[in-house]
Amino acid sequence: MIISQQKPFEEILSALGDSRSVFIVGCAKCATVCKSGGEEEVWQMQEALTSSGREVTGSIIIDEACHMLRVGRDLRSKQQMVDDADALLVMACGAGIQSVSAAIPKKTVAALDSMFLGNIKRFGHFEQKCSLCGDCILNESAGICPVTACSKGLLNGPCGGMDEGRCETDPDAECAWALIFARMKESGDTLNLVKSSPPKNYTKIPKPGKLKLSK
Amino acid sequence: MTEITSNLERKLARGEFVLTAEVCPPKGTDCSDFLKWSRTLAGVIDAINVTDNQGANMRISPLAASLILHREGVEPLFQITCRDRNRLALQSDLLGAAALGIRNVLALTGDHISFGDHREGKAVFDLDSVQLLESMKVLESGFDLSGKKLAGTPSFFVGAAAAPEAEPFELTLFKLRKKAAAGAKFFQTQAVFRPEKMARFADAVAPSGVKIIAGVLLLKSAGMARYINKNIPGLTVPDEIVAELEQAANPAETGVEIACRLANALKPYSDGIHIMAMGREEVIPEIAQALK
Repeated sequence: MIISQQKPFEEILSALGDSRSVFIVGCAKCATVCKSGGEEEVWQMQEALTSSGREVTGSIIIDEACHMLRVGRDLRSKQQMVDDADALLVMACGAGIQSVSAAIPKKTVAALDSMFLGNIKRFGHFEQKCSLCGDCILNESAGICPVTACSKGLLNGPCGGMDEGRCETDPDAECAWALIFARMKESGDTLNLVKSSPPKNYTKIPKPGKLKLSK
Repeated sequence: MTEITSNLERKLARGEFVLTAEVCPPKGTDCSDFLKWSRTLAGVIDAINVTDNQGANMRISPLAASLILHREGVEPLFQITCRDRNRLALQSDLLGAAALGIRNVLALTGDHISFGDHREGKAVFDLDSVQLLESMKVLESGFDLSGKKLAGTPSFFVGAAAAPEAEPFELTLFKLRKKAAAGAKFFQTQAVFRPEKMARFADAVAPSGVKIIAGVLLLKSAGMARYINKNIPGLTVPDEIVAELEQAANPAETGVEIACRLANALKPYSDGIHIMAMGREEVIPEIAQALK
């Protein structure tokens, strides 16, 4: 899931600028789980905007704001409220925000910062395990991704800052390579401790990313 | 056959004990102090390590600073990290070094950008230190990483970093082996405070034939030791040394004594000593003298 966080309210107000009336868009998927753009947060935003003198013309929670066709269709169902607004405030990830800006030729304001593809550890506690690098090496790294778990993304072992199995950037964080090493030793599959991993191939992630399934 | 142009390489090959020291290039364009210290040390030191945005603090390019030394007849050991350059920039700086006559290169990953003075920047780490070492081998074979032929082939005397005190030791060992296999001819180590850990390290490295230049850090006060423990990645000053500095009447002098004592204690397990004087370059000759 895409982990997102609400921007400071002052920043949102400043981005709204002189748009006096606002239509709010939330997302029922990731932003709801992250408590950054679900029903409750959209309602709170509405309250906050109203108390700071803006008019809220209406709101909608889209089932998946990254789904472009659905966003277009759902916004059409609230046509009047959308038309009445000077700006749309979107409480979804960057993908969701851009589904909205693509659907409506009107000022679109981002209320959230999108952070990472996250695993849910427990309620309200998210961790990044995958960087979406397009060139998965989990089969060679004992199922733990060093591209993500190592703060430097090192592919061939720990850096000189590792000590007591901890990361130089955060003494509370375990060194990714300490975890990988332990798991490789446990499984006896230690080939990748001997053989060096080549540089990553970044052509596998075109930027911007595109994928069209052929049948 | 390439002509050997590195004094460091020649001495290590002959089995002579070497001395290196770190001199940090300036933040700015005024290299006079950098040059003054490097010239002063040239008589006692075999090569001067020119650090690369050390601790992720932006300074003059180590390639430029290395050239300034090289032109003065002072032998540089050009440090190059993967933090600030992608594979194109690494290769082009390496070719630049070779074309300018700089042969000694220390291939490093680099401290994390969050330690330095530009922490909002984007860290690169396109390659890691093992891949950087392998890239140097590729360049030395007359090709670049894309397989294209080079006009003129570089030749380097290549070193890598090691942290002999880091635990668990076996976790660091497999990477050291990869570095040796990737062509590292010497390990220049992080500061070592416990000679027994250096003995363990030397035993482990011996089969690879890679030379060892043991790191000695010059401390000047207990406060500095505590600061290092808190802020410098991969460095831990043991409590008893902190206490020794704390109780010293003249901590700066005691710091020199500790450095001399450690240098002598590490000598049996190494092929050279690397002195990190942390801005007190004037005492390096004294430490060098103590090793005689």
